Amino acid sequence: MLNKYPAWKNILILIVVILGFLYSLPNLYPDDPALQISHELTELSQGDMPVITSALEAAEVYFFGEEIDTESIRIRLNNLDDQLRAKTAIEDALGESYIVALNLAPTTPGWLQSIGAGKMNLGLDLQGGVHFLMEVDMDAAIIRRMEDNLSNVRTILREQRIRSRGLNLISNSHLEVRFANAEDRSQARSELVTNFPDLQMQNREAEGVFILDMRMTPATALQIQTDTLQANRTTLLNRVDTLGVSEPTVQQQGSDRIVVELPGMQDPAQAIRILQRIATLEIHLESELGASSLSYETYDYEGIPVNVDNNVVLQGDRISNAVYQLDQNSQPSVVLSLDAQGGNQMNRATRDNVGRRMDILLIETKSRTITSINEDGEEIEDIEFYEEKELIMHATIQQALGRQFSITGLTPREASDLAPLIRSGSLAAPMTIVEQSVIGPSMGQENLDQGLLGVQVAAGLVVLFMFFYYRTFGMAANAALIMNILMIVAVMSSIIPATLTLPGIVGIVLTVGMAVDANVLIFTRIREELSEGAPAQKAIDAGYNRAFSTIIDANLTTFLVAAVLYTIGTGPVRGFAITLMIGIITSMFTAIVGTRAIVNLIYGGKSGKTLSIGSYRMMAKQDDLNIAAGK
Amino acid sequence: MLLTEKQIDFMGVRKIAGIGSIILVIVSILSLAFNSLEFGLDFTSGTSVRLSYSEAVVVQDVNQTLRDNGYEDAVVVTFGSDRDIRILLPVDETVAVGEQAAQAVIVGESIAELLQSSSGSEISLLGSDYVSAKVGGELVESGGIGMLVALAIIMVYIAMRFQFKFSVGAVVALAHDLIITLGIFSLFRIEFNLNTLAALLAIIGYSLNDTIVVSDRIRENFRRLRTGTPLEMVNISLNQTLSRTLITSLTTLLVLFSILFIGGESTQGFAVALIIGVVIGTYSSIYIASNVILYMNVTREDLMLPVKEGAELDDIP
Repeated sequence: MLNKYPAWKNILILIVVILGFLYSLPNLYPDDPALQISHELTELSQGDMPVITSALEAAEVYFFGEEIDTESIRIRLNNLDDQLRAKTAIEDALGESYIVALNLAPTTPGWLQSIGAGKMNLGLDLQGGVHFLMEVDMDAAIIRRMEDNLSNVRTILREQRIRSRGLNLISNSHLEVRFANAEDRSQARSELVTNFPDLQMQNREAEGVFILDMRMTPATALQIQTDTLQANRTTLLNRVDTLGVSEPTVQQQGSDRIVVELPGMQDPAQAIRILQRIATLEIHLESELGASSLSYETYDYEGIPVNVDNNVVLQGDRISNAVYQLDQNSQPSVVLSLDAQGGNQMNRATRDNVGRRMDILLIETKSRTITSINEDGEEIEDIEFYEEKELIMHATIQQALGRQFSITGLTPREASDLAPLIRSGSLAAPMTIVEQSVIGPSMGQENLDQGLLGVQVAAGLVVLFMFFYYRTFGMAANAALIMNILMIVAVMSSIIPATLTLPGIVGIVLTVGMAVDANVLIFTRIREELSEGAPAQKAIDAGYNRAFSTIIDANLTTFLVAAVLYTIGTGPVRGFAITLMIGIITSMFTAIVGTRAIVNLIYGGKSGKTLSIGSYRMMAKQDDLNIAAGK
Repeated sequence: MLLTEKQIDFMGVRKIAGIGSIILVIVSILSLAFNSLEFGLDFTSGTSVRLSYSEAVVVQDVNQTLRDNGYEDAVVVTFGSDRDIRILLPVDETVAVGEQAAQAVIVGESIAELLQSSSGSEISLLGSDYVSAKVGGELVESGGIGMLVALAIIMVYIAMRFQFKFSVGAVVALAHDLIITLGIFSLFRIEFNLNTLAALLAIIGYSLNDTIVVSDRIRENFRRLRTGTPLEMVNISLNQTLSRTLITSLTTLLVLFSILFIGGESTQGFAVALIIGVVIGTYSSIYIASNVILYMNVTREDLMLPVKEGAELDDIP
């Protein structure tokens, strides 16, 4: 029969509506302010909770809903003010080795959580926080690898007793080894080729010297870039963890950038200090007496000049842990643990050098702007990194060292600063903040409130208009519109864990305006059919059918545009594109299938009924043609 | 029905509309060339500090205080209400790049303190932004590429679904809308930021929506009606879709004006860009896309299906 949906179709639509309602429901439950307490290194102990309880009692802060496991404790508080007071109280009571993070605990009922329903994530612009875009200096990473190679080549040549006339780094991906004769060179080459499979080798002669060129392949350089970005990301994640932010994001963007987002972070200066601190250690030996002045650099150590050999015994990335401890003489020290390869390297270097001095350099990378003129004569600004090296330890090697040894002779302050810095990982390559945005909590709240009000008013106006213009059919479209908003929220809360941003809200609002377009298309078609004298049932059917391909074409092209935006865009553009895409898909369902179901329920299967679709005029087709043609 | 009481001879004024549009496009391009765009922080570089006063603020006073305290290059603008201001500062070249971000935070806090002590009003720091010189330029590039890619994909899609002449019409209409919207931004010195860029891309979607609906009707009428010149076909189609075009523009504008007046400062630029785009997009879907199609001598044969008797049923799914 015309205009009747089979029962299964109606049930299916009903199920979709109920699911949309259920999965958008959690957004109505506001979160509780909470604190998450964990220990920097170890698991929590039995005694921690009583300490927290008594600290909060003393500070007269009421808390509830504690969740305790071996990794962390979470407590809930009444308001944001209590949350901050409780944080200070707990930090004072437990001490520095604990991390107390501000957090939001959901109040969604268990049965909703059990079906996987959750809240929408709010973007930084809606809840406040700090956003950083950090750029990784890839050149530095590649140079570092080449310096490592240079030092290894030197060791191998010495071990194999092959004489060379010097090793030089020509560029950041090219090093040369000079020999007195071709025999030495070919012997060296056959030795080196097995040890450095990722370097291309080439012979060259210049001014009677036999040179072996070793170049990094582009593939290797690319691999280093990928690894470096990954390593830096991991390091940043570790550092961010020490900031006590509930749900930080550390994401790769493009080939050399990392986005860090810290929701709710109130102290951007502290975040920058922790994130940007670029420090690494290098372990060297003191230069031997009478060594060539090219083979060492001189540093100041407590007022005494010290010649440090250029060869790196160990890079900082071999350090797996660093702990602040008082040694047997109650002197502050930092105990370093190395990974297996680092332990071997350390052992090899120290066992032959007992009695010699070992030097530890702390290297901090800083950056400055340099302006240069490019080939088009335009001024371009670039970021240049430079290193500041400081000799922090100069001590005699007492015995062959292994995977664990300690740095002594530090002040308590130096030792306690150094340990976490080394532990949070040295960055594989220096980074600089190229973009930063701080959104205060009141600004975030204001954006959210105004945005939501905008959606409500916009939806209200559209609903009113549709009702007055299309009457009963308008109400069907309005029901579909509300269903559509519910579905967008449900999809963004549960199915695609998208983050709602301000541009995202605008995307939803725009979908509200454009979603009724499909219904407008259908309803004008139905009116046309009626004005051409079609009976009610046939007009409905023909209206839906004939508008269908237009709706598909229009929505599909808009969807393509949104997809392009999503692929190339970042930040706000992406937030907008994702809601637009979700909105297009859900609106097609609600505007075509949803309204049809309602219209069918009202008018379907009954004969000779007039339609409440606003006013239309009966007209003859031939007249239209004549007027249009100017006859 | 009210909106189609009479058949309007849209294409009768197609020459005038065409000339008018060409003039607008030329003016826009000239303005863009000589006046450029008022790029926001996202595209340039520098620091922006947002402050909220407890009472109405006089911009001149703030300017004076900042000048007197060494912030000669600061630009002060109000946003949202007369109690909220935004202060824009260029990048401090004397500070190392690595420390500029930290510097921006310090500057924000010290300006807030400075103004609080000089004005006596309670001031809260709403937030701050810092964009380095390097990132800003890239955005213009990626935004432009995005727009070109979007246009190319649309052109291919329409050529496949309709016909090549229609895809030229749609793309000309889109370029027309984008150039004039940008031109208005340039002429009236409206700030162009990341939100506006997103809006511009949304205009592509909206304007396209309109153009497709009209093209769809033109194609259908060519296949359905046996008599009539291409000009008549286009006129009939425009009249048939007119009420839909106006109603959809109206609902979209209702929505955009509520964002403009209620949505707060952060979304105003977005709303303004889209309002301009929707108005121009509505005009161009009537006068530009169809005009181009006629200009390219669209014929019934262009749109005939290979199997003739299926023509009328083709659109029914």
